[in-house]
Amino acid sequence: MYDVVIIGGGPAGLSAAIYSIRFNLKTLVFAAEIGGLIAKSHLVENWPGIKAISGYDLGVQLEEHYKSFNGELKYEQVKEIKKIDGGFKLTADGGEIETKTVIIATGSDVRKLGIPGEKEFYSKGVSYCATCDAAFFKEKTVAIIGGSDSAATEALLLAKYAKKVYIIYRKDKLRAEPINRQRVEKHEKIELIYNTNITEVKANEEGKKVGSVVLDKEYNNSNELPLDGIFIAIGHIPNNYLPIELGVELAKNGRVNVDSGCRTNVKGIFAAGDITNQDYDQAITAAADGVKAAFSANEHLGHESFNY
Amino acid sequence: MRVLIIKHEVEEMVLELNADNFEKETSEGWVLVDFWAPWCGPCKRMGPVFEELSEEYSGKVKFAKVNTEDNSDVAGEHDISGIPCLIMFKDGEEVDRFVGAFPKDSLKEKIDGAIK
Repeated sequence: MYDVVIIGGGPAGLSAAIYSIRFNLKTLVFAAEIGGLIAKSHLVENWPGIKAISGYDLGVQLEEHYKSFNGELKYEQVKEIKKIDGGFKLTADGGEIETKTVIIATGSDVRKLGIPGEKEFYSKGVSYCATCDAAFFKEKTVAIIGGSDSAATEALLLAKYAKKVYIIYRKDKLRAEPINRQRVEKHEKIELIYNTNITEVKANEEGKKVGSVVLDKEYNNSNELPLDGIFIAIGHIPNNYLPIELGVELAKNGRVNVDSGCRTNVKGIFAAGDITNQDYDQAITAAADGVKAAFSANEHLGHESFNY
Repeated sequence: MRVLIIKHEVEEMVLELNADNFEKETSEGWVLVDFWAPWCGPCKRMGPVFEELSEEYSGKVKFAKVNTEDNSDVAGEHDISGIPCLIMFKDGEEVDRFVGAFPKDSLKEKIDGAIK
């Protein structure tokens, strides 16, 4: 039986894992995706101590750091958790395992717009990953939907390839970090369309790819904006099916409620990162919460405390 | 020396394709082609899964990959505008396309579904 099983291979999960294994706890990480959401970021410039790194490389470095302590990691998805005597039983792709405690760091997935044409044209002009797909839009016209910091950094990446980048946002000011907002506002290829939603994705003349989007408000005297590509960056939805199964208390937004030590209402179950109901969805705050969860799991197990 | 030869054979399980050999290598039987790029994190995540599966399907499905950065012409011909993108060919014809990164089990299900 493991002492701690960590579900999630992002900054929260791998930071929890590094602390957990250094507490000499028998630790296992299930990481269906190394890096988690940050792996989709082309550039991370706010991880203290590292001036700039790609999100994927940051994930790999965290994985290697954990493995340098001979940490055990499986690239599998956990499908089910059940309460058993003295702990929990997990069913993953590769079989069942038992553990005394669990740290849930399953993060979140991209949110979809849910408008006509979005699903039909996925990968035919509709994308949720500018890092992956920006280079296919050389000299094309594209739009980013959303106003977050991710939306701003993705617009800057797209502007390296595309001839024109619109940012379409439903509110009147970007929520990006000021440094990125200024970069976007100054960029000659980027144009901002505020207070506007898109309501439909339409085909091009051949009918096979994205040709335009329909706006809920006129822009340049038209409700239709011709585009070759749409990058959707409107936030994330929590991967909360495992905590729901366990009866873990969720907030209204579907995220897990935790206390200051990242404990949930279910004894032995801890949570960290974007899956939890906290204010900042940052890689570094997720990492810090992972560390808190590892401390709390260690304390719950009654092991010697390292809280100097 | 023998160990070296075996290692070499394993590395060859996933064939590198480009404009010169694409048609020839995909013209017969089941071929699964992974369109990827070095800047794409999710593609890199798929790499190890793809290699493991190439061994499991050895003899049934040929596994190949195209670096879309070096071979934008091949990517263009197949209308690739989102990666990772896996295309299943049968005797040179596209029969299925999976876009996105998948855990091993889900990808296996998709492959089994396509070659049924």
